[in-house]
Amino acid sequence: MADVRIDDKILTEKGLNTGAAEAKTLLLACGALAREILAVIEANGWTHLALHCLPAILHNSPQGIPDAVEAAVLEHRPNYDEIFVVYADCGTGGQLQQRCEDLGVKMMAGPHCYAFFDGVETFEAREEFTAFYLTDFLVRQFDAFVWKPLGLDRYPDLLETYFGNYTKLVHLAQTDDPALTEKASVCAARLGLEFEHRATGYGELTPELARIRP
Amino acid sequence: MSEEEDIILSELPDDELVPQMQDDLYDGLDEEVVEGVNILLERGWMPYDVLTKALVGGMTVVGNDFRDGILFVPEVLMAAKAMKAGMAILKPLLADTGAPRMGKMVIGTVKGDIHDIGQNLVTMMMEGAGFEVMNIGINNSAEEYIAALEEFDADILGMSALLTTTMPYMKTVIEELAAQGKRDKYIVMVGGAPLNEEFGTAIGADSYCRDAAVAVEVAKDLISQR
Repeated sequence: MADVRIDDKILTEKGLNTGAAEAKTLLLACGALAREILAVIEANGWTHLALHCLPAILHNSPQGIPDAVEAAVLEHRPNYDEIFVVYADCGTGGQLQQRCEDLGVKMMAGPHCYAFFDGVETFEAREEFTAFYLTDFLVRQFDAFVWKPLGLDRYPDLLETYFGNYTKLVHLAQTDDPALTEKASVCAARLGLEFEHRATGYGELTPELARIRP
Repeated sequence: MSEEEDIILSELPDDELVPQMQDDLYDGLDEEVVEGVNILLERGWMPYDVLTKALVGGMTVVGNDFRDGILFVPEVLMAAKAMKAGMAILKPLLADTGAPRMGKMVIGTVKGDIHDIGQNLVTMMMEGAGFEVMNIGINNSAEEYIAALEEFDADILGMSALLTTTMPYMKTVIEELAAQGKRDKYIVMVGGAPLNEEFGTAIGADSYCRDAAVAVEVAKDLISQR
């Protein structure tokens, strides 16, 4: 699994499908989590887990996530003993949770991946409702996921409309990468927000995946 | 929408100027919209007619194209900015020139939620439809909503939320209204990206509104039933 080539553009638009032949459980995940999930799998030598990622760009239209997850579950279910959905609620208003319950599959807890990287309880206790979050993936893909979809490349006047109520950008860093931290601080400056770097590592991703038995 | 160049708005007759203003609004050209509003007022148009025929008419096209996937959020927001610029001229004139009054609304985002783009669009469209709106901004507690409803003598409460974590607070507000024996005094409308009809019904709202245009139609309908 370690030699899988990972390209952010492919993760954004198409997703990813990888795993050992003997894998019994499929992790059905957001493409924005592919690198992190593969890193956790590799670090732990887990061969019982395969990974299928949906296009990460669904992050920007969460109403499409439940249907996309359901279609993938139905497609891959015959090939695995179990499917675990590595999405949090992700702005679906509880609809993804409901869909997963209807399908009989489990999923990550929390409102967003931001929460399970930070730790769901810790994240909620912070009550940082004026913070704008970026993970490593979103820092790398800032233009594709934030700047261009919001039209800020074409209409810079809209910056205040979108971000006027935010106070800071928090980079929830999964890796220790000074270049990425610098890029995140530039993102904050472009949005006119204060910058905070918060090293989270993989947060609750590792213990959550560790619960899945071979 | 419009590809013409060097159009002199003041030289256009009314029946060409109004569609041109709608095009300019669609394209988010606030200076041109303001110019068009002033020209129509100078020609003796009633402010309410300028609002409904030129601005709301244009914004309706924008709303329809957004619904149909032809326009996207940034373009809608640019059009809204243009409409807001035009409305800034008209609003002070409306009350004194016999514009119809449809009802009064208090609107705000719920506690813990700072995302006010949707409610600002609703505010603008409601005002464009003849409602008086008190927009109380972001991060509102039940007490703040209820105080605003009483202060403004409102007919409608509008609550907005963008986050799955904040939308349940709408139910808290409705329960507080009920606890104070005030629930039946107000029409409660809710909206926001993660909401749906089912949620609106479950929390006891009178209506879930998918977008600003729907909010206007629902408000008119519910007010007329009172």
